[in-house]
Amino acid sequence: MADHVSSTAVVTAPERTVTRPAPGPVPESGPVRRATATGRPRTRRLSPGKRRPYARLLGPLLLLAVWAVASAAGLLDPRVLPAPWTVLHTGAHLWTTGTLRTDLGTSLWRAAQGFAIGLVAGVALALLAGLSRIGEALIDGTVQVNRAVPTLGLIPLFILWLGIGETFKIVIIAIVVYIPVYLNLHAALAGIDARYVELAETLRLSRWQFVRQVVIPGALPGFFVGLRLAVTGSWLSLVVLEQINATDGLGYMMFQAQNYGQTDVIVLGLLIYGVFGFASDSAVRLLERRVLTWRRSLSS
Amino acid sequence: MAPIAQQLNAQQVTAQQSTPSPVPPASAVSLTGLTRSFGARTVLDGIDLEFPPGQFVALLGHSGSGKSTLLRAVAGLDHDTVGTGELATPERVSVVFQDSRLLPWRRVLDNVLLGAPGREADGRDPAERARAALAEVGLAGRENAWPGELSGGEQQRAALARALVREPELLLADEPFGALDALTRIRMHTLLRELWQRHHPSVLLVTHDVDEAVALADRVLVLDHGRLAVDLGVDLPHPRVYRDPQLGEHRERLLAALGVRPDGGPAGAGPQED
Repeated sequence: MADHVSSTAVVTAPERTVTRPAPGPVPESGPVRRATATGRPRTRRLSPGKRRPYARLLGPLLLLAVWAVASAAGLLDPRVLPAPWTVLHTGAHLWTTGTLRTDLGTSLWRAAQGFAIGLVAGVALALLAGLSRIGEALIDGTVQVNRAVPTLGLIPLFILWLGIGETFKIVIIAIVVYIPVYLNLHAALAGIDARYVELAETLRLSRWQFVRQVVIPGALPGFFVGLRLAVTGSWLSLVVLEQINATDGLGYMMFQAQNYGQTDVIVLGLLIYGVFGFASDSAVRLLERRVLTWRRSLSS
Repeated sequence: MAPIAQQLNAQQVTAQQSTPSPVPPASAVSLTGLTRSFGARTVLDGIDLEFPPGQFVALLGHSGSGKSTLLRAVAGLDHDTVGTGELATPERVSVVFQDSRLLPWRRVLDNVLLGAPGREADGRDPAERARAALAEVGLAGRENAWPGELSGGEQQRAALARALVREPELLLADEPFGALDALTRIRMHTLLRELWQRHHPSVLLVTHDVDEAVALADRVLVLDHGRLAVDLGVDLPHPRVYRDPQLGEHRERLLAALGVRPDGGPAGAGPQED
């Protein structure tokens, strides 16, 4: 029914108004449109264009190549920066005969535990603060104070409280993780579009339906921003913790290497941290793309 | 405008056969001495308004005249405003906004299902009802699209389906077609009128478009400085013909009430000079 209106309007209008296009080339008088090979007008594309798969690896690989060439050409003193193959060889050697396997396992386990606790705490606190005024009054200011205190500055206190074992390390990582998770999720929850709140009210949603179907899905993009910061943060704090107060782990391995002047072991440790940081960040990105399929933006 | 109106007339003749269904029992809308103010500014100044079930009421007014405030009051969306007066509305109220307010993270069908009554309401599958509502607004086959993939008109159709699936006794619409292009708006008028004839809810349509008001409504109100300045019955059969001189008279009266001179209006009355 409704279609009739526009279809008649669309069909009849051209017959009356539009003059028949002249066949053949456009007359040369007046401004002539430039012809393009693609048959499209020449507009400047302002978005960065289509993304190629694995393009993000290009930068790191290039860096690696420069490093390798410089080493091969003898431009780098091996005591300052050993060649990539030396580092790889050291890695293989430590993996089979040394402690690399246990160090790696310990570091991964610490990061995972701290990350899990921090994630749960950050999400729980953000939900409490973002969904109730009482929760916000109790939690938000407290977290802001916590955020202002450098977490690594808490290490001495935590060692006194919790001993120099695993617990304090995991607590420190958890704190480093929960803060970005909390901040971003809370901001996203608090910043829910007022228009959607009105909509939910007119649809007579229950509070629980509103939270589950409107607030939380709407806050997910913000949550993922926090999650990516948290993943990187967990690795960052691990380096510091294991270099100061550890008897095993990657950081400890590097710390020991510093004492013996083993540059190749230090670089190996850095490489492993880098690879894990990059891989975990990529994993979060992948998850984000899966969960937020509805999003279409420059990044899609 | 004139050729479009003629097109509309031609196809409206066929719609006359649809017999209006018997009016279902529903509570009427009733406002008594409704007052709303923001700070020192009184936006609604003692509004008295009654309308019977199934009536299609259009509310006109300048921007800032309080027409949206009135609609929000009836919708119960004005939590933070100060006001007095009595307000009675039916149990089931649906609201259509100027923007579709589809949640971008839910597919079209799930948007229509948002807050829809469950199976226990009348034994029907909610998803089936939502599909039927989408088909009724002409969106069959788009159930799994994301809202971002729909055109502006389609988004507003989906918003109508979401309102419809709740079987409202009162439909509140706040300039629902204000953001649409002229052609799409005319199609949406036809759709809204058909939906109203089929389901017969009471309608309160807030608009600034006089043509929209007289083409659709049984009764047109003009709100001016927080008071109802005009209460005009438009007792013409649907579908309405834009060239109908009676419609033109109504239009001019309303434009005059809104302080607009009808310069070169498309109505058959011809140009007027004062």
